[in-house]
Amino acid sequence: MLDAVPSSRSKAGALEDERVIKLAVLAVGGQGGGVLADWITDVAERNGYVAQSTSVAGVAQRTGATIYYVEMCRDTGRLPVFALSPSQGDVDILIAAELMEAGRAIIRGFVTPERTTLIASSHRIAAVSEKIEPGDGRASSPKVHATAEAAAKRFIAFDMEKIAADNGSMISASLLGALAGSDALPFTRESYEQAVSAGGRGVKASLAAFGAAFDRARGITNTPPLGEKAAEPKAIETGATAKVSGPENLLKGWQDLAARVAALPLPLRDMSLRGLKKVVDYQDIAYGGEYLDRLDRAVILDKADHDYALSISAAKHLANAMCYDDMIRVADLKTRSTRDKRVRREVGVKDGSILQVTEYFHPRIEEFCGTLPSGLGSYIEARPKLAAFLDRRINHGRRIRTDSFAGFTALWFIGGLRRWRRRLLRHKVETAHLERWYALALGYVPKDYALATEILNCRRLIKGYSDTHVRARSKFDRVLSALDLLKGRTDTADWIRRLREMALKDEKGDMLDGALKTVATLGDGAGSPN
Amino acid sequence: MAERSFAKEVEKLRLGAGEEFSGEGILAITKALLQCGVGYVGGYQGAPISHLMDVLADAQDILGELGVHFEASASEATATAMLAASVHYPIRGAATFKSTVGTNVASDALANLASGGVTGGALIIVGEDYGEGSSIMQERSHAFAMKSQVWLLDPRPNLPSIVKAVEEGFELSEISNTPVMLQVRIRCCHVHGHFIAKDNKRPAMTVADALDAPRRDTGRIVLPPASFLHEKEKVQKRWPAAVDFIRNNKINEFFGPEHGSVGIVMQGGMYNSVIRALQRLGLADTYGATDVPLYVLNAVYPLIDDEFLSFCEGKDAVLVVEEGQPNYIEQAFAAMLHKAGRGTKLVGKEHLPMAGEYTGQVMLDGIGSFLRATIPHLLPSEVRAPNKIGDGLDTADLINVVPGRPPGFCVGCPERPIFAATKLVEQELGKHHIASDIGCHLFSIMPPFELGATTMGYGLGPASASAFNSPDAKRRSISFVGDGGFWHNGLTSSVGNAVFNKNDGVIVIVDNFYSAATGGQDILSSRAGNKTKSTKHPITEAVKGMGVKWLRHIDRTYDVTKMQDTLREALTTDEKGPKVIVASSECMLNRQRREKPLVDKAIKGGERVLKPKFGVDEDICTGDHACMRLSGCPSLSVKSLDDPLRDDPVAHIDQSCVGCGNCGEVADAAVLCPSFYRADVVHNPSRWDRFLEAARRATIGFLQRRRESRRLTFADA
Repeated sequence: MLDAVPSSRSKAGALEDERVIKLAVLAVGGQGGGVLADWITDVAERNGYVAQSTSVAGVAQRTGATIYYVEMCRDTGRLPVFALSPSQGDVDILIAAELMEAGRAIIRGFVTPERTTLIASSHRIAAVSEKIEPGDGRASSPKVHATAEAAAKRFIAFDMEKIAADNGSMISASLLGALAGSDALPFTRESYEQAVSAGGRGVKASLAAFGAAFDRARGITNTPPLGEKAAEPKAIETGATAKVSGPENLLKGWQDLAARVAALPLPLRDMSLRGLKKVVDYQDIAYGGEYLDRLDRAVILDKADHDYALSISAAKHLANAMCYDDMIRVADLKTRSTRDKRVRREVGVKDGSILQVTEYFHPRIEEFCGTLPSGLGSYIEARPKLAAFLDRRINHGRRIRTDSFAGFTALWFIGGLRRWRRRLLRHKVETAHLERWYALALGYVPKDYALATEILNCRRLIKGYSDTHVRARSKFDRVLSALDLLKGRTDTADWIRRLREMALKDEKGDMLDGALKTVATLGDGAGSPN
Repeated sequence: MAERSFAKEVEKLRLGAGEEFSGEGILAITKALLQCGVGYVGGYQGAPISHLMDVLADAQDILGELGVHFEASASEATATAMLAASVHYPIRGAATFKSTVGTNVASDALANLASGGVTGGALIIVGEDYGEGSSIMQERSHAFAMKSQVWLLDPRPNLPSIVKAVEEGFELSEISNTPVMLQVRIRCCHVHGHFIAKDNKRPAMTVADALDAPRRDTGRIVLPPASFLHEKEKVQKRWPAAVDFIRNNKINEFFGPEHGSVGIVMQGGMYNSVIRALQRLGLADTYGATDVPLYVLNAVYPLIDDEFLSFCEGKDAVLVVEEGQPNYIEQAFAAMLHKAGRGTKLVGKEHLPMAGEYTGQVMLDGIGSFLRATIPHLLPSEVRAPNKIGDGLDTADLINVVPGRPPGFCVGCPERPIFAATKLVEQELGKHHIASDIGCHLFSIMPPFELGATTMGYGLGPASASAFNSPDAKRRSISFVGDGGFWHNGLTSSVGNAVFNKNDGVIVIVDNFYSAATGGQDILSSRAGNKTKSTKHPITEAVKGMGVKWLRHIDRTYDVTKMQDTLREALTTDEKGPKVIVASSECMLNRQRREKPLVDKAIKGGERVLKPKFGVDEDICTGDHACMRLSGCPSLSVKSLDDPLRDDPVAHIDQSCVGCGNCGEVADAAVLCPSFYRADVVHNPSRWDRFLEAARRATIGFLQRRRESRRLTFADA
């Protein structure tokens, strides 16, 4: 690759050459990059510049990555020759309307340390590939932040999407504000505001978003923040401050449980208190007691020199395992007053408007049997013909209006079955599964502490409803099936962790199966103790 | 109704002589057509030329005032065939479409038009979609110009140059009795710039005049013996006339010093990128003044031998900048030099890549390499011997981090549930051979759907599955075609063909009421009223008319269960012949554009309005993302919970949700999970609404308080 010299060329006797300012906007289709490019062109022309903007509009509406490109230089009466697309190493200002687009700009070579001001909104719009992983498939934002710091002359990043939303406007307005605030272009704030006002639509909100982003860019210029999410302190709350309300006798019971948590080693108090709250909220005080009893089994095996990793994992995954997702749980959550308030807040129901909420249910015979007393449920499940007959009657999509009396009452009633949950089939199944898993994990503690912890963490694999749940269970079983294959190795814990991560990569577990094949070929390799 | 309205911009078409026009390239071309006294215009939409069609559609009042006929052609072949109006009559006509896809379709008409030749100027404006951002196979329009012997203009990408090219194109066409192609690249179509306008001209002869006084000349009809004469006339009369015109009118331009040891020849469309490379190499200034002699081919076919040879005079080496392959221009120039016995060394693809777009970096590298090999002494020392400073920036890691972001279905798109249903049916019945087609529905090949094996051309989805018709097969093929493709070509080439050949496959016609992928233009089956076109012709009637017996119509694609049941039936029924499913729901982008202002107005006006939005109960969602693998809606995304108990992000629906219902339907059809809910907000509720609400709130509130008084409630639960 050839390096370029700066494009301004002045030879003795030649006319003073005007420098061309090159600005590229990388956006996700639908973000209003075209509006932004038009505003920038307008600002330039208002300031006595000649400007040219271009774009590839084909994907602009359809959520693909899109580039808008503007070139400008002072108007001297002669017509400059502008390029129609940005070149590597030849961009003065790069605006990324989303964080990964900043990353893409760097990869494409549009950001160079000697000259590029990189203005990026730090928010994320997950790409399809990031969303469809069964685990957490999202790209690493800190990595982009770190590279951007090194790649750009100046890096200005903050959540411009939030500023726009807070001001009832679109991100194009806050991006323009950040550009103006960065002083990367030799134009006054007023000229930007005039361009926005001339647009005519939603001017007030746009100007508000513009102003907020302008101030923010001014404030932080040259001191780019870390990923904002990462910078926030982790909210750590201990039992003393947790707000609990309810009848006296239950509160008394809760205090006893909370006292048990307070007696636990400090590093695991936070997780256990969260876990405890979750199970008590799920069932009752007694269930909370069961949870702590189970947890104690891990704690007595644990040692401080491992930072209580085993017990922390146990506190987390026991709570999740004990709060399995059944019809009762779903009905209970959907009929709470707190849920109603949350929906109203999220949807933004204004005074004078009425909210109607429709729930989508699709129960199958499995869910139905799970909610029957264990004897009856097992009886039906053992008879495929009867089960199929009932399934034909039950297995339909049901839309239930929880704002209506009938719909609400039906769910309220199912939620009330909580009282009898311990006697139901699903509880029996789940508890048995939990015990097997927990005992398996704890059994490894003396021999291989890390492995025991990893087995506990495999509980992460179990999630979803219906078929998804079945698939999750199968992945869980497949991962743990490797324990036999890995017997006697010192790196078993690592392998189990790797297998779990693979299992979260795709829906069916193809990556997991591939990894399991690798495990099967390991034999007594380098990792073996001998 | 098109995606973008040019209602405001078209007023610029009325500008008179001396006034400054400011706007997009596409609008400038339209203005140029009117300044040239064009008599009729037509074309077929498709990026980058869609906006030209939209501008024309929005400019019908102005066209009407001038007596200009506008035709939204059924296909590119139709548009080109329309130019037959200029064969016998001295009327200027223009057709426009995307190239090379459109040129392929137009090829038959183009060949016939070129054979007989034209009396009135006939201009074909092609939007060349080559390089980054292109959605089509990468080919060159140049080959069409060569094989049909029509002239190809490729003006420098700025407004004055393209306007001039339109004017010269008509004159060239008339003088040489040959249709002229004017090629504009995608960014040039969307470039924002200025030029000084002229007055619009009424056509000297309108199509109405022609109809009143019909003419014919058998010498211009493509039929032996006239067709043999056309072939000779092309080279004996028309070619020399074109060459003379191009030379005399200085259509090709020379820049830089008159003498120099090296020079660069380029297609006009490459000019700005060449100058930028020279600027960066220190050999040109901002305004294009350069130290290197340049020969700019605003007409790339035919080439002018003596012009080129005189440019080469005294030069040791000449670089040809010609994007794409094969390198026709370079080959032609090499032959000229060889035949003239010249020693000038001609280079091109040695320094520049054989294939692919000539981006800024490619141009800088290629031209730099050429100049360092030929005139290193003229280059600044930084270029000759760069001090490469290792910036230590390693982007290799970043490549693995940054996700790809191809275009996909819009928020609320009614095509998504069709593919969700297909995916679900495949889970039941196994994988099938799926043939795709051009249009938004082609996004089904991308994650999360990953459906479809081929795409062979517009309206050719079912045609491309026609070989897969075997009595021995246990599975049928599935093919998709959009409503745009259906009317463009699919009705005969795909559906008619399947009926005639007794194809047993399943054909899904995705009907979203518009030619959506090209920008939402109306087509025959559009359900909107259109002042100037005839719409509301159902696809089902056309399919029946073609002889299809097994036909199902789904009038709400969001009903995933029904879609799934219908597909299953089509794949398993004993009925012979093609199984056609017409899946109809309005393009959400267009629907929102149409309805949103009306809804906002109704709410403001105090009318009772129900506004839907979907949501996810985050404590019920387990973070498996099965819903996203069946939806892919941009408004359905992932969100981290501030809860250490939960490892994986949960589903979340953002403010862009339009409440189409796909999430709930998919959750239902695929038996996913109960975390989705639909929240309908009743704006301006009636008295009865309010009464009912009060009664419900009272009873529900009572039950909630009752339960909550008997359990512990955590403030943050």
